[in-house]
Amino acid sequence: MAVRPATVPVGQRNLASWFVAPAALLLLAFMLLPFVLAVAISFTNLRLGSPLPVEWTGLRAYQRLFQDQTFGRALLNNLLFASVVVPLQTLLALALAVLLNQPVRGITIFRTVLFMPVIFPLSLLSVVWVLLLAPGPDGTINALLTTVSLGAWQPRDFLNDAIWALPSVMLVSIWQGTGFQMIVLLAGMQSIPKQLYEAAAGDGAGAWQRFRHVTLPQLRNSLVFVMIVTSILSFRVFDQVRIMTRGGPSDASTTVIFEAVRAAFDRAQVSRGAAMTVVFFLIVLTLTMLQRWLLRLGRPGVEK
Amino acid sequence: MIDSGATWRQLLAVVGLLTFLSILFVAPIVLILAGSLKPEARVLSEAGTLRAFFPTRVSLQNYRDVFERVPVVLYLFNSGLINGLIVSLGLIVNSLAGYALARLRWPGRGRFLLLVLALLIIPFEALSVPLFYALSALGLRDTYMVQVLPFVANPLAIYLFYSFFLSLPAELEEAAQLDGAGPLRTFVVIIVPNAKPAFATVAIVMLLFHWGMYLWPLLMTAGESVRPLPLGIASFYSLPPRQWGDILAFSIIMVLPVLLLFMIFQRAFVRGVASSGVKG
Repeated sequence: MAVRPATVPVGQRNLASWFVAPAALLLLAFMLLPFVLAVAISFTNLRLGSPLPVEWTGLRAYQRLFQDQTFGRALLNNLLFASVVVPLQTLLALALAVLLNQPVRGITIFRTVLFMPVIFPLSLLSVVWVLLLAPGPDGTINALLTTVSLGAWQPRDFLNDAIWALPSVMLVSIWQGTGFQMIVLLAGMQSIPKQLYEAAAGDGAGAWQRFRHVTLPQLRNSLVFVMIVTSILSFRVFDQVRIMTRGGPSDASTTVIFEAVRAAFDRAQVSRGAAMTVVFFLIVLTLTMLQRWLLRLGRPGVEK
Repeated sequence: MIDSGATWRQLLAVVGLLTFLSILFVAPIVLILAGSLKPEARVLSEAGTLRAFFPTRVSLQNYRDVFERVPVVLYLFNSGLINGLIVSLGLIVNSLAGYALARLRWPGRGRFLLLVLALLIIPFEALSVPLFYALSALGLRDTYMVQVLPFVANPLAIYLFYSFFLSLPAELEEAAQLDGAGPLRTFVVIIVPNAKPAFATVAIVMLLFHWGMYLWPLLMTAGESVRPLPLGIASFYSLPPRQWGDILAFSIIMVLPVLLLFMIFQRAFVRGVASSGVKG
């Protein structure tokens, strides 16, 4: 992480820490402490309504977790979800940003329209997609696919289908999330100096070459930013699963956070839910660090 | 880029492609609006036809139903108050922290930045279990405070501010310091006016994150008096038979305030993203 040279005299150090104190205290109270509490709980057998006394059980909750097929499936689904949603969403957002970056009058209307899904809360959109993905020939998506395929499509119950449930959740996530990435990338493109394009055009570079050799390298920081944030957010997927599929059918679309909340609140298995949270955190932290490192390699000679 | 050599055909291709994609993106939202204006029976029966996207017979019955079945005005007030507090307090707290991270020198700065990035990973749902028990034990259920305070400090907001402040030229502060202004004065008088786009971006991001929040208020509130808008959807969705017309009308009511705010701040938002997003 970049650390800037100081711009404030040493005598004002104490004052500087006052800037951080409110945020630090709130993060401590509402994120760090609950997380530490979750770690502690995960080493006990805490279970609501259980007659057994609460005691330290060491790693037992974790051992059970890794023998548990539902948790394994949730982890796998999370990985599948991220590895499909992040690249697809980024590519789609990049393509849209390129289109929106053309000097055509009135093009900002498209920007507003394409951004619309971002404004709606995911919990609410998930409900609406339950309607769109309704089973049978009268469901909107089923009817659409039947028309487009000239009747070859067999209507199905997307959200209750072992194969289609997870892709349906992915579809909704991509549809809702693309607009935000698109805006970030478009903004990044618009801050690229025009002279670079002019110079490239002067050297006889075509549209593709200008995109490849000017746009992409200049956009690198924006791309890294959106990919890291999208990856982290994609692992947190929860609302869509809770509303659209409840993890089903038979765990086909469940995710770690959905299982953690379900364990803690629906089944009163507090220590199990806490252990899931801890495992989730460690995995995503590792992946994020790996991703940052990979994205930094290959950066041509730029060191911050 | 379409430059002077651009042909009609290229232009047509760009606009055609954008029109096609925009229709795909906006179709579900058009369906929400159209469905909300239809008699209940037609919402489902027309869902598989093109008429799903047009109100064939306009009726406001769904909206009347929503206002009858849910205390919309109360919920709207609660949501407005809760989100207004989260966003305004959040702007202050997170911008101060982002500024200190980007521009001030203090011991532990590197570690605090790492902490913020690590906390970005943890979804609030995962922490809601221990927090729920801790805050319930403190007797904070059924209050506005318990719906506001946990969300004021926000790792993503701190990170966005941090990135933005890094990109500001150092001369801004140097001039202020020559005039003998301390960090707080410099921040309020020099930095904040130059960071309006960043404030607009963080405000919209925080609002989008919290306006639809469902699980936490469901856990922490029992009575209606302090409940926010999203909990109203359960009245239509969870109890069979599902009233789709009502659900869609409720969706429109719920998103309208955010849509208005977005329209107002759209320009500043786009500029803010431009300057926040560029630092990896």
